[in-house]
Amino acid sequence: MQRDTLVSFEGVVKRFGAYVAVQKLDFQIHKGEFLAIMGSSGCGKTTTLRMLAGLEAPSEGVIRLSGKPINDLPTWSRDTPMVWQSLALFPFLNVRENVEFALKMRGVGKAERQRRAEQWLDRMQIGEFAERNIAQLSGGQRQRVALARSLVVEPEILLLDEPLSALDAALKVRMQSVLKNLQRETGITFVYVTHSQSEAFSMADRVVIMSRGVIEQIGTPQEIYRTPRTRFVADFLGSSNIFTGKVTSVGGAGIALQTDSGPMQLSASNAASAPVVGSTATVTVLDTKMRLSVTPPADGVNVVPVRVIGEEFVGATATLYLETAKGQEIRVQKGHEELTGLPLGIGQALFTSWSPEDGHLVAGG
Amino acid sequence: MNGDDEDINRNRAVDWGLKAYIIASFAFVFAPIAASFVFSFNADRFPSIPLGGFSLEWYKAVAADPLVWEGLRNTLMVGIVAGVISTALGFGAAYTDYRYKFFGKQVYLALALLPPTIPVIILGLAMLAYLSRINLSGNALSVIISHVVVCAPFAMAIIRLRLSQMDPALEPAAWNLGASEWKTMRHVIVPFTKPAILGALFITMAVSFDEFAVAWFVSGLNETLPVKVLGFLQGQVSPRINAIGTFVFVTSMTLVILAQVLLSGRTATARPAADEQE
Repeated sequence: MQRDTLVSFEGVVKRFGAYVAVQKLDFQIHKGEFLAIMGSSGCGKTTTLRMLAGLEAPSEGVIRLSGKPINDLPTWSRDTPMVWQSLALFPFLNVRENVEFALKMRGVGKAERQRRAEQWLDRMQIGEFAERNIAQLSGGQRQRVALARSLVVEPEILLLDEPLSALDAALKVRMQSVLKNLQRETGITFVYVTHSQSEAFSMADRVVIMSRGVIEQIGTPQEIYRTPRTRFVADFLGSSNIFTGKVTSVGGAGIALQTDSGPMQLSASNAASAPVVGSTATVTVLDTKMRLSVTPPADGVNVVPVRVIGEEFVGATATLYLETAKGQEIRVQKGHEELTGLPLGIGQALFTSWSPEDGHLVAGG
Repeated sequence: MNGDDEDINRNRAVDWGLKAYIIASFAFVFAPIAASFVFSFNADRFPSIPLGGFSLEWYKAVAADPLVWEGLRNTLMVGIVAGVISTALGFGAAYTDYRYKFFGKQVYLALALLPPTIPVIILGLAMLAYLSRINLSGNALSVIISHVVVCAPFAMAIIRLRLSQMDPALEPAAWNLGASEWKTMRHVIVPFTKPAILGALFITMAVSFDEFAVAWFVSGLNETLPVKVLGFLQGQVSPRINAIGTFVFVTSMTLVILAQVLLSGRTATARPAADEQE
């Protein structure tokens, strides 16, 4: 799916003194997509967003908006409104005045201002609060005011900096669907910064995962979930088991490794680039793709003997915690019906295995 | 203080002791002012107990004195002008502190807040020496300049406190919505700090209104009211002083209370509403 590029980062570096917040960023944001930038705190995701908004100047490189470099454009001359983590609503203005603010600053006449503000107040279902003070609103209502205030100028792009972090869990889920629908209906490009995997994966068309100022992986949520490209991503998502070992053979039939947990095989197509025999490599296997049995499976491929050390129930699925003879922890996720008939007492010896199609080789060992 | 009696964690004896202590402290502080207030309405020539009849004669005497009117005019003019200039300077200094990081900022802040810590006699002497050298001593302008020096740090402290309560994202949020730095100043920073700006204006006016020592050194023939009062005292002890004192006290207190109301009013409404489910 090739779409028009709205924003491109070309070799963008941001330093604060000796500290490098963002190193060599090269990526594109497509027109009309919902892009999430995800990572733990200090990974450079917010700095990236602030550079796009013009609140930080890149130390190196070029940022282009619709093809034009915007490095030297002051914040107030860009159409890159942002929804802040604190929301940053103006406490001395009422709801309507907050929403009209951007239009007023752009010199839009009073009647036109009112008309457009009205439209967005209604759209965000906060029309009845128009004359209220910000202090009188609930968290969810404030969220809607912040969105209306940014969207009233009908921008091409909307930046969101962890806007849902202050809400409780139920409201968070509700606002996620509000945001997703809003993005779909308006076709405005959303760039959403978050540390929350569930927010990023449930809303975004594409996810950028950053760590220590570097992009670890860009892809659709499914791509990233199924085939984490680096060890960091696999660790960060926490949904894969990770095995490290030496490559013993590479061929058309597959790649073979020798790991602490025994010999392993995976399909040749499951490596981004063919590894060198003798080099160290890391394999990831999704915890939902692991099989369990009491006796070793007949094919004898990718079989690891384990002991049960714990189990945890979350709704319809259970997570089993297992341990290999060498002490490595392995997680397996299964539906309850798949587990019936298996002895799962603590210390129970089992065999876990997976098909060579489900193992993926990550880059950089 | 409802429900004090229900509070099992309070010792009643200690409670009463503390209340008595507070009352005694206030009585000690306000007794001279109260005495001055009472005697300003006393018909007798000398302040003595028992009191003579109620009388407004000292107020009438004060009102009939053209020197008092001149002093009052000078005081008001100096107070208003010095208040406005101090508040403007204080706002600038406070905003600089809020917005910018620069080398020597600690020194800058220390210098900006220094004047009230200098003994007023020294400050008055220094002002006189300096202003007379540049031919500005002995007129209302010299009092204004001196009072700005004394008052501006108060304005800065008040406005700085308000700015420190501002969400740091508020200013960049305004830029982000298309407001230039000037427009942000006008539409965001000033409205947000407005209670503090007005508060600072009233406080600085009150400080200037009461200030005696520095004004005594530099005012020359354009004496402000407090300087005039000293003049009266040196000539003769007259109950007129009680009348003037009461008037000055009431005016200053009015300004200070106005400032208090402005400075505390906003924080009460800024408390967020309880999160109700939509």
